[in-house]
Amino acid sequence: MADRILTAEMIDAIKAFIPRYPSKQAVTLPALHIVNEHLRHVPLQAVVEIAEILELHPAQVQDTLSFYGYFKQDKPAGRCRVWVCRSISCALRGADQLLAHLSDTLHLQPGETTPDGRITLEYAECLGACEHAPCILANNDLHKSVSSEQADELVKSIA
Amino acid sequence: MPDFQPVLLANVGKPDSHTRRVYEQTGGYQALRKALGMQPKDVIEAVKASGLRGRGGAGFPTGLKWTFLPQNHPGPIYFCLNADESEPGTFNNRILMEDDPHQVIEGLIISCFATQARAAYYYMRCEYPLAFQRTSAAVAECYEAGYLGQNILGSGYSLDIYMHRGAGAYICGEETGLIESLEGKRAWPRIKPPFPAVEGAFRKPTVVNNVETAACVKQIIERGVDWFKSIGVPPDPSNPRDAGSYGPKLYCLSGHVNKPGCYEAPLGITCQQLIDEYGGGVWKGRKAKAVIPGGISMGLLKGDELHCPLDFNGPGKFGCLGLGTAAVVVMDDQTQMIDVLENSCRFFSHESCGQCTPCREGTSWATKMLTRIKHGKGRLKDLDLLAEIGDTIGIMPGTTICGLADGAAWPIKNCLQKFRPELEEYIKRTNPTGWMETKPVPALQLQTIH
Ligand SMILES: Cc1cc2nc3c(=O)[nH]c(=O)nc-3n(C[C@H](O)[C@H](O)[C@H](O)COP(=O)(O)O)c2cc1C
Ligand code: SF4
Ligand code: FES
Repeated sequence: MADRILTAEMIDAIKAFIPRYPSKQAVTLPALHIVNEHLRHVPLQAVVEIAEILELHPAQVQDTLSFYGYFKQDKPAGRCRVWVCRSISCALRGADQLLAHLSDTLHLQPGETTPDGRITLEYAECLGACEHAPCILANNDLHKSVSSEQADELVKSIA
Repeated sequence: MPDFQPVLLANVGKPDSHTRRVYEQTGGYQALRKALGMQPKDVIEAVKASGLRGRGGAGFPTGLKWTFLPQNHPGPIYFCLNADESEPGTFNNRILMEDDPHQVIEGLIISCFATQARAAYYYMRCEYPLAFQRTSAAVAECYEAGYLGQNILGSGYSLDIYMHRGAGAYICGEETGLIESLEGKRAWPRIKPPFPAVEGAFRKPTVVNNVETAACVKQIIERGVDWFKSIGVPPDPSNPRDAGSYGPKLYCLSGHVNKPGCYEAPLGITCQQLIDEYGGGVWKGRKAKAVIPGGISMGLLKGDELHCPLDFNGPGKFGCLGLGTAAVVVMDDQTQMIDVLENSCRFFSHESCGQCTPCREGTSWATKMLTRIKHGKGRLKDLDLLAEIGDTIGIMPGTTICGLADGAAWPIKNCLQKFRPELEEYIKRTNPTGWMETKPVPALQLQTIH
């Protein structure tokens, strides 16, 4: 049997959500978020353990996980996920060039992580900050009206 | 700047506007006290009488929606606040949630009281970390103050608000997709009927409303029905189905304008007014070639259609789908429509939930064709195929479960109706040897960037 992956802390955090909903299955997304925050991805073994807690078949959890592009499964995302918006308002103000620039300088395709595990480059659909186009969400920080030079600065500042 | 005094945005930009202390200084939670002193059905009547229509995209009358809940149901009734805001161009909910979360929460509590909901799920997209943090803190402040929890302010009414985070899927904004997602499943919209009011979250009667709608509810209770009806436009007498467009609206202005931003104005201002009087005009002294009137799903206005009024009825008169989220995106005269259309189709093919074949295949084939055209391998015949896709996917022709496909179809349709000569010229110019080809051609590999 594979080694257990969820820590007591994660399990407690997941269980704390159960009273909020009339069904345990509704805790699926909160549980995936909790695991993702700790492990930066949700490996299959975690899916199996979440299913145990929520009294579901692992396939039910996996089905949900696979629908949402947000959760990685194969390997952890970098310490900073850099989401570059590519939707219309940002595209009109140079988002494609910005994404191409970051892709070139980091030698990454969107979805890939730097070898040092520092940065995962991602494209995003509208980040809901179109007045600041083109914009980037780097983990929890929104960067507004980002030029290529500012993007370089941002990349440098990520630890 | 026009002389309309913002109401929904009145607190935005003030120091600490997201805290309960500041919110209460400007009369916050007085509307809740007032509502709790009324009968729930009288709150519903007030909202009905105000003519408030949902701000999330469909413009359905809010009070009327609430009356669809079954009478004398044993319960529980659930309320879902739709804060999934992902329509490209739209950011008004984010601004409310970041800078005035209590206004939204007060409106939400009043709406729950009116509908006698037992619990509210506040479904927020996960790309809004600041809004999530401030709203969660505001909810906690409400429990401390007795605005939430058991026996709110001694009224006998009890309510819990639970924050629930999405995971990066546009379709979770569709109300039944949201419900499925809330239940822990893939966000596959449900066939309606039954509508959520009859059978929604956890198979119980459920109301789904938008964040801005909730903020309007709070203002209606505070300022009265007459105030709300004094703003906006009355029903069009020549259109018996029009319910009017009352109240203030948050317009999101972005793209090629000098001052992009979220502006509050009475429903019914024209696109031109919004761009010139609020947005400082098209940037670089250029002219607008095309304008999205209400989020990309709504289609496109041409540069000479900017007298279009931005009320629930206006964009429809110009061949667009509707007012949508009132997200106005301006494109200057240097913009290539092929780029706009490719961007739009790529978005919808990325976000299609994949349940309905016409939507899944239509959006992805349109994207493949547009990518090919963009890279100089287009044929005139492709435009006919695109037009066919535009005409055949969506709830309107009756081939799909939800409105995402209509949203994908409208930019295609409008682009072909209004900008076909430009697309033809592009194809002939970039594919001088193959534009008249009619035999099938292989698709290019889809490229994510470059
Ligand atoms: C594809 C699609 C996406 C939608 N996204 C949102 C959204 O992000 N936020 C929202 O409030 N409504 C969205 N809606 C509309 C909702 O289905 C629903 O009509 C709305 O939340 C009801 O609230 P309202 O009556 O207050 O507007 C979307 C609809 C469709 C078809
Ligand atoms: S129309 Fe598209 S998004 Fe909507 S249910 Fe069908 S496949 Fe899913
Ligand atoms: S289009 Fe980029 S944030 Fe909206």
